[in-house]
Amino acid sequence: MRIHHQPWTAVLLSLLLGLSMTSAFAIDPIELADPALQERYRSLTHELRCMQCQNQSIADSPVGLAGDLRREVRELLEAGKSDVEIRDHLSARYGDFILFRPRWSWRTAWLWLTPALLLALGLFVAVRIVRQRAALVDQAGDNDNEGAGR
Amino acid sequence: MNRFLLPAGIFAALVALLFVGIQRAPNKSVIASPLIGKPAPQFELPVLGSAETFANESMGGRWYLLNVWGTWCAECRREHDMLLEIASRGEVPIVGLNWKDDPAAAQQWLEQLGNPYVIIPADREGRVAIDWGVYGAPETFLIDDRGIVRYKHVGALHPLAWESEFLPRIRGVK
Repeated sequence: MRIHHQPWTAVLLSLLLGLSMTSAFAIDPIELADPALQERYRSLTHELRCMQCQNQSIADSPVGLAGDLRREVRELLEAGKSDVEIRDHLSARYGDFILFRPRWSWRTAWLWLTPALLLALGLFVAVRIVRQRAALVDQAGDNDNEGAGR
Repeated sequence: MNRFLLPAGIFAALVALLFVGIQRAPNKSVIASPLIGKPAPQFELPVLGSAETFANESMGGRWYLLNVWGTWCAECRREHDMLLEIASRGEVPIVGLNWKDDPAAAQQWLEQLGNPYVIIPADREGRVAIDWGVYGAPETFLIDDRGIVRYKHVGALHPLAWESEFLPRIRGVK
């Protein structure tokens, strides 16, 4: 039996390939009608922790609870809640642990400020060392000149 | 000599900070519930195997346990004997929140293993579980006579947790 390579097989194959690609990248195929909402949905679900798997976001996790939380986020978005309200809504139930990005508060202040403080400290020390060395080099240069003058 | 004092001091402080951090690092499998000390989230759900509904408001004035379970949950099976034991002592009623479960399987489970619950609200869509911050079954909440969540245990209940965390609170010692 001869196999006819018909153009529609190519189309079908590429379609199938396309389908498998999308399923590999999005666990949640549901799209919101409004593109702006869809974008907020995408970014919110990526910054909320899947409490069952902990190191995945709810956008990336296939477990049931992550699906329920995505539904919750979607419904809150459709109800017109702001991103801040949605984060508050979920952290009131699951604690700040559900937020991958810690919020600013007196408890987390050190977390946000320490890098800046360390950078300032490092710069201060570096500048001091460079100045000291520069002073030493100047001194050595003066000594050399004196030696050559003799 | 003096120029090593500051870096050595900073290094020692860092070591101390990290050491304390490791010592105090919370057990990652148990995440503290923000609901402790707050009013229990209200819900009204259909009762398993019945046309009636149950609202947890109706428990008002009584201490109760809210135990989150499902037949798909292996730890729940391990926990079941402990629940039966608590129920038989009659110190506190157990409300069994049946989480995202098949009603027929749930009923069969109770027929085979015994029923420790005074009532079983069925949360088939998992919405009530989200309101309670449930992230894995079994979980057991202790709610006091004023409707305040007093304690949450994650994982299978065991006699040690029951005697050191639940009973003292119920008896007003803790």
